[in-house]
Parts: sequence; C-alpha cells; structure tokens
Amino acid sequence: MVFDNETKFGTVSKVFHWLSAIVILGLFAVGFWMVDLNYYSEWYRTAPYWHKSIGILLLGFTLARLLWKFITPSPKTLTTHTKLTQLATKLGHLALYSILLVILISGYLISTADGRAIEVFTWFEVMSLGELIANQEDVAGSIHKYAAYSLMAIVLIHILAALKHHFIDKDDTLRRMIK
Amino acid sequence: MKKTLLASALALSSLAMPVMAADYVIDTKGAHASINFKVKHLGYSWLTGRFNTFSGEFNYDEKQPEASKISVNIDTTSVDSNHAERDKHLRDSDFLDVKKFSTATFNSTKVTDLGNGKLAITGILSLQGIEKEITIDAKKIGEGKDPWGGYRAGFAGTTSIQMKDFGYKMDFGQIDFDLHIEGIKK
Ligand code: HEM
Ligand code: HEM
Repeated sequence: MVFDNETKFGTVSKVFHWLSAIVILGLFAVGFWMVDLNYYSEWYRTAPYWHKSIGILLLGFTLARLLWKFITPSPKTLTTHTKLTQLATKLGHLALYSILLVILISGYLISTADGRAIEVFTWFEVMSLGELIANQEDVAGSIHKYAAYSLMAIVLIHILAALKHHFIDKDDTLRRMIK
Repeated sequence: MKKTLLASALALSSLAMPVMAADYVIDTKGAHASINFKVKHLGYSWLTGRFNTFSGEFNYDEKQPEASKISVNIDTTSVDSNHAERDKHLRDSDFLDVKKFSTATFNSTKVTDLGNGKLAITGILSLQGIEKEITIDAKKIGEGKDPWGGYRAGFAGTTSIQMKDFGYKMDFGQIDFDLHIEGIKK
C-alpha cells in the first residue's frame, strides 16, 4: 500500500498530504504572527528564520510530492460524486497545488532579492538568482501575502467539503485519505 | 545735496533690484548628491542607509547667504539599507508607509549665516505627512566653473530627527542625516 491505486491513496501520498497540511498551517500562523513582532522580541529573528527554513524544506517536499504524483498512478475521483463535484474536486486540488507553488516561489524571491542566500537552519544554503525584477522584495512580498490568504480560504472550503462528504454524505472521501 | 541724492538714488535702485541670487538644480542626474542616514543598532553600532531617488533646487549667493532657499523632494520608496528584507520593512506601514506617503519634502524657511561658509538652514521636513521644523548645519564646500561650461556650488550638511516625533511604532531613538549636494546653475 505504498502506492496509490484506483480507489485509495497509498502511504506515500498520505504522508505527503498530512505532513504538508500541518506544515502549511503552521507556516501561515507563524508568518501572520511574525511580521507584527516587536523588534526587541526574542522571536524577532528566530521566527522568520524558522519560517524561511521550514518554507524551503516544504518547497523541496512539495516538488518531490508533485514528482511522485506524476510518475505513480493516482486514485480516480469518486464515481459516487456527481460530475460537477468531480470537476470541482479536480479544480480545487489544482488551485491548492498552484497557489502553494506561488507562495513557495514568492517567499524565496522575497529573501533572495538582494543576492543573499537563504540559510536553512544551519544545514545548507539555497543561493539567490539575483534581483529578477525591480522592487522584487515588495512585489514578491505582496504576492506572498495575498496568495497565503487565498490558500487559507480555499483550504477552509477544502476542509468543509471533506467533512461534509464524511459526516453528511457518509462516503469514502475522507476515509481513503486516512485509512 | 547732490551727493545725498545720488546716494539715495543708488540705495533705491539697489532696493528695487537686489543682487540676483543664482538658481541651482541639485545634480541628482549625475549623482553628485546623496541623502544618507544612520541609526544606532541596539546601541552597539551604526546602521547606515540612504535614499537613492530625490530631486531639488536651491538658490544661493555668496554675498547674501541669508537669502538662500532650498527645497528637496525625496522618493521614500528608494530607501536602501543594502538588505532587501529590511528595506521592505522600512517601506511598510511600520516605518515610511510608502504606499500612502511616497514623497518626503524639505523646504527651507530661514537661513542664518554663521560665517566661514557655515549656514544654519531651518525648514519644514514633511515625512509620512507629519511636518516638523528641523535645522540643517550646512557648510559650503566650494563653488566655481566646471570643466564642461557650467557653474557649480556644493554643500555638506548634517541634521537629526527623533523617531518618536514621526510616530514610528518602533523607536530606535535618533536618526542622523549626512547630506551632500552639488547644484548646477540654471
Ligand atoms: C506554504 C508555505 C508558506 C506560507 C503559508 C507562508 C505564509 C506567510 C505569511 C502569512 C506571511 C505574512 C505576510 C504578511 O502579513 O505580510 C509570510 C511572510 C513571509 N514569508 Fe512566508 N509562507 C510560506 C512559505 C514561505 C517560504 C517558502 C518562504 C521563503 C523562504 C517564505 C518567506 C517569507 C518571508 C520572508 C516573509 C516576510 C514577509 C514580510 O516581511 O512581510 N515563506 N509568509
Ligand atoms: C493546508 C492544508 C491542506 C492542503 C494544502 C491540502 C491539499 C490537498 C491536495 C492538493 C489534495 C489533492 C491530492 C491529490 O489527489 O493529488 C488533497 C486531498 C485531500 N485532502 Fe487535503 N489539504 C489540506 C488539509 C486537509 C484537511 C485538514 C483535510 C481533512 C479535514 C483534508 C482532506 C483531504 C481529503 C479527504 C483529500 C482527498 C480528496 C480526494 O479523494 O480526491 N485536507 N488535499
């Protein structure tokens, strides 16, 4: 059960999904909180450092997740769902993946706008590609912020949909992502 | 009688036609001007930065320094402390709030001649829409013809502001400015 099959998610996909979900919610909370920290707060330097380090790790994790998704089979959308629901599911997941990538890339572009590398904990550094556009830190910064808020809005719908399928429709949607 | 008439005629004409002070444009095109600032970091060292984009004009005559005038417009989005993450923070609402206040201005109101080419330039600094009177201690560095057919005059100055006077959420105390301008005669 490492791989997905037609009807169920396999272990690898489940680990990817749930670990990403926890990390993403955590990064959002930390990001939201850290930008309003007082300069003299003991977290003023640590919080952004962790946010960026974990963010870069998530970027790598997400690329591996997408690679996995493309080279191994994925479950089909549930046939018990209406055609419209199946389409909405596909579009919804596409939006989740795309916006996540936008956040990850824009986050990288904020911190590397002046040629500085991003240090991931003390383990390694990800180099900068230089300033690619004018005012890069500001442009990437607003994209990062609005994309993060949009992702949270879609995730909320995503969660409500999963719970609705589980508790109201009592179908297999949530179960096949857990069991 | 004739003498006094002549004298008063001269006096009158000089009143009617004061010595015309020259107008200068600050040479920001050639970047012979800079607005630098520094702030203490934790009290342990100086953090320096500058505004890359600004423009201005002044009016100056060696013989009548007190009649001088200067006005400068600063593009606050051009703040540069050599660190993108910090510059982004300096531009947001905690500091310069550049979305709302993209220009800061300084307009002199009074110039006092302190002798030896030294001037005290008092004027209104408008930053984030807050207006405060400041005085710049300025010194003329030199003036004369340039090799390309123009005429230039240059000054250096220092001044300082208190962060709390400009409503910043974070107060690092005093900001010192180190100013250099060279003007080209119009
Ligand atoms: C899914 C992953 C991520 C989420 C949900 C997220 C979320 C956020 C949020 C909500 C903010 C605050 C925005 C604001 O209110 O101004 C923020 C700021 C920031 N994020 Fe992320 N982030 C993620 C990944 C990353 C990555 C990969 C990096 C790059 C290494 C990064 C770098 C930054 C930086 C530098 C800021 C500070 C921006 C500022 O100064 O306002 N983030 N992030
Ligand atoms: C940050 C939070 C989350 C993100 C970014 C996210 C993202 C995703 C993505 C991209 C997929 C599609 C997987 C694929 O088929 O390739 C997915 C599937 C799924 N997610 Fe989430 N998810 C999050 C949180 C949650 C939570 C909290 C729940 C449960 C309440 C949940 C329940 C599900 C379920 C049941 C599926 C499978 C849907 C299906 O059968 O097609 N997700 N999620």
